[in-house]
Amino acid sequence: MPPSRIQNMIRRTEAIMVQKEPEPRSVNTGMDHVSFREFAMRLCRACIVVLLLVFAFASSYGTAHAESFDEALAHFTADDFDETITGINEIVASGNPRAEPIIRALKDGHLMFSAEKKAVYIQDDSGKLTDAATGQPITGDAPADVDTVRLSNRVRGSIDAALGGLTLLSSDPAKRMSAAEAVFKSRDASVLPTLEAAIAKEQDASVKRVLLQARAAITLSSDTASDADKLAAVEIIGNRGDQDALGLLSSLPSNSSPAVAEAAAAAVAAIQKRLILWDTVQNAWYGLSLGSVLLLAAIGLAITFGVMGVINMAHGEMVMIGAYVTFVVQDTIRDSYPRLFDYSLAIAIPLAFVVAGCVGILVERTIIRFLYGRPLETLLATWGLSLILQQAVRTMFGPNNREVGNPSFMSGAFDLGGITITYNRLWIICFALAVFVALLGLLRYTRFGLEMRAVTQNRPMAASMGIRTARIDALTFGLGSGIAGMAGVALSQIDNVSPNLGQGYIIDSFMVVVFGGVGNLWGTLVGSFLLGIANKFLEPVAGAVLGKIAILVLIILFIQKRPRGMFALKGRAVEA
Amino acid sequence: MTTHILIRSLDRAAWIFLVVVAAAAIAVPICNLVFPPSSALHLPTYLVALFGKYVCYAILALSIDLIWGYCGILSLGHGAFFALGGYAMGMYLMRQIGSRGVYANPILPDFMVFLNWKELPVFWYGFQHFPYAALMVIAVPGALAFVFGWFAFRSRVTGVYLSIITQALTYALMLGFFRNNFGFGGNNGLTDFKDILGFNVQAETTRNFLFSLSCVALMLGFLVCRAIVTSKLGKVLIAIRDAESRTRFLGYRVESYKLFVFTLSACMAGIAGALYVPQVGIINPGEFAPANSIEAVIWVAVGGRGTLTGAALGAVLVNYAKTYFTSGILAPYWLFMLGGLFIGVTLLLPRGVVGTLQHWSGLQRDRISAAAEDGVAAPPPDPQPAE
Repeated sequence: MPPSRIQNMIRRTEAIMVQKEPEPRSVNTGMDHVSFREFAMRLCRACIVVLLLVFAFASSYGTAHAESFDEALAHFTADDFDETITGINEIVASGNPRAEPIIRALKDGHLMFSAEKKAVYIQDDSGKLTDAATGQPITGDAPADVDTVRLSNRVRGSIDAALGGLTLLSSDPAKRMSAAEAVFKSRDASVLPTLEAAIAKEQDASVKRVLLQARAAITLSSDTASDADKLAAVEIIGNRGDQDALGLLSSLPSNSSPAVAEAAAAAVAAIQKRLILWDTVQNAWYGLSLGSVLLLAAIGLAITFGVMGVINMAHGEMVMIGAYVTFVVQDTIRDSYPRLFDYSLAIAIPLAFVVAGCVGILVERTIIRFLYGRPLETLLATWGLSLILQQAVRTMFGPNNREVGNPSFMSGAFDLGGITITYNRLWIICFALAVFVALLGLLRYTRFGLEMRAVTQNRPMAASMGIRTARIDALTFGLGSGIAGMAGVALSQIDNVSPNLGQGYIIDSFMVVVFGGVGNLWGTLVGSFLLGIANKFLEPVAGAVLGKIAILVLIILFIQKRPRGMFALKGRAVEA
Repeated sequence: MTTHILIRSLDRAAWIFLVVVAAAAIAVPICNLVFPPSSALHLPTYLVALFGKYVCYAILALSIDLIWGYCGILSLGHGAFFALGGYAMGMYLMRQIGSRGVYANPILPDFMVFLNWKELPVFWYGFQHFPYAALMVIAVPGALAFVFGWFAFRSRVTGVYLSIITQALTYALMLGFFRNNFGFGGNNGLTDFKDILGFNVQAETTRNFLFSLSCVALMLGFLVCRAIVTSKLGKVLIAIRDAESRTRFLGYRVESYKLFVFTLSACMAGIAGALYVPQVGIINPGEFAPANSIEAVIWVAVGGRGTLTGAALGAVLVNYAKTYFTSGILAPYWLFMLGGLFIGVTLLLPRGVVGTLQHWSGLQRDRISAAAEDGVAAPPPDPQPAE
């Protein structure tokens, strides 16, 4: 309750009491008597004031508020645009919870009034009226003269501002945030008081930042703000640094002072630089994502090629098998254990490794071991194998894409600075790096890895030292195929699972192997990330297809300089 | 002199091959044109076009055998040269349509009108003249092969590395030709041809003539290859195939030899493509697909690499099988069979059909001569291609 109203009430009460005490000075009954009466009156007055104050504080949110709210509502019954705008502003100022539905109704043309009864109603879609002040359905018949509160563009403007102002004070930080963004974009000066109030009581730092930016936006577009305020506003908006800020700063009113214009121009330049930077970061991120996919697809190829000198053209089909394992696992889970769905990948990854690895070992034992020393013919035989595997999968699962779902932790995205990062890409990068590190560890610290490296460097010498090279070959081929299977699980999360899945990656994987060299795994890592990033940086410039062609041409030229890739084996081992 | 070299280069298998091809070149048109449809000897026109296609594939196989069988260069991108030759011929045929196209534009082919192009791109200039187009059929694949080979062989890219790079080459070209703004009709390619040198492409006589022309081209290509592989140059090529480093250490410029056969082989592939297009009636970017090139390599492997006759025979055999199986109820199993063929031939029949026959007859001859001369050392059998 405003203090002025309390004083008002006290004055009225005094007036009543004075009336009840007729002609105090007409009867002269002596000083004592007079002083006693005065004392009694003062006491009485004080009691009443206290009582009134208690009463006022106890009931202020009820009656007094309702009164002002009703008064504000009454403005709508005047059928006058200025009155309506006053009504909107007073309703917002009242802070009444009914304010929002009323203003929304006004915006949608559902707010009705009756000039005769001085009452305001909200009409719902079926034409029923409810009392705007209470939200209760009206009793009895509707008044005869009910009419819509009319809108003009000016009224609509203040409605939008009022709605922005209302949600600025909402209890939900997300709503406050979006309201602040809306104010930033609308730059409506009439929200300023609400905005100031919101800034004063805001606790959340990120919301407060946006609120301050919104205030700065209003300051910038106002004609009355001082240069110092405007300069501060330019700085705040410059720190925001996105496209909206850029648009705001580059469209300053033409009457801005030189100092402000200069500061704005500097801020625009800074923002543009920042945006280019974020664009670069975004491209780099996409490149990393593509690179991780290439790494997964190529790393198995690289170790089989490194150890056995064999290019496995069916490698892409091992990836495909892994993807189909994921499909089968998810299908089984959906049918029988729907609650396990989030763990489907945890089941699919080892299973895909085992299935693809077994297929790999089988292939090595039945086909490839008969073709040692004839790498070109191995190429042809594995190509034939890839045709058979593709057709087999097509026969079993049909030629169409199969649906593989994302578990909950892999769906969605989050913003980081100026870029959006999807969880599935992020997890795939982590997975690729984990596989890489695991493989590195396997090669470095296990007996199998040691023997594998020995065979890579010098097969006859390794054999003379008692290493069973044929067994190493089979295991290496199985390992390479198994990793391809795991790559298939990852790819099933971002690509279509179809019998042609592997073919799309096989040439790119070869490029990685050719580019990176087969000497060690680091070549594959650097090769795949370099190719991935180069691809994504060329795409916006040259288009997807020309970018790919450019990459191929660049690799062909690179081979001129280093025929055996970036990380080539040195020494006698290279003579093939 | 030239005839002498040629005649000396021909052995019995070569003579048989030439006679068979010449007989086909004469017999097929007679069966199609002279015998009435009621006759048992009549050959339907669609078969003439089909056989013409086989013969073009045989020329392609021959060109692959020249570099793979005799020089050890496994190109998995030879389909690119084939398709480039085909596109050159297709561009000539497109220009011949003239105002008979759907949009009746006398200069621009239909797809350019459709894409709202205003004038002919520069690289289409001159293709209305047959001699220029014929030159391009040879020059474009040859130039690409020369540039590519110069880079590749100079930096000693060999073995599987070279195979992969050639595959990437044809893959890149495929991606490019699929684009509309590349100016070659996008994924529809070039089609709807009307006539060639004034003769209707669809007419029976033209088809028969094209078939016979393809046979002549096959024979000429065979003679050229045969002359090369039996000459001193051919011996150096085989030396490079079997021991590249050793040949280099003996003082031969290995990269020059390789570049020569690679370019020649690309030109042959281009000619094959040019003959293929008018008979099939379409050329599209699908011809650049790496799978096509690899399939062409398996024709050579089936027939027997390093035999020339085998390559041609393999192309006809595999493609006949493909026609036979993909048109019947066995169609879903064709890829199983093709894949099995790849594995089976490399594992069980590394010499191919003709190579195995030659090997057996060689063994037989050895046995006979050994028996006749009783212990005198027999000449060693033909060295088999190694990697």
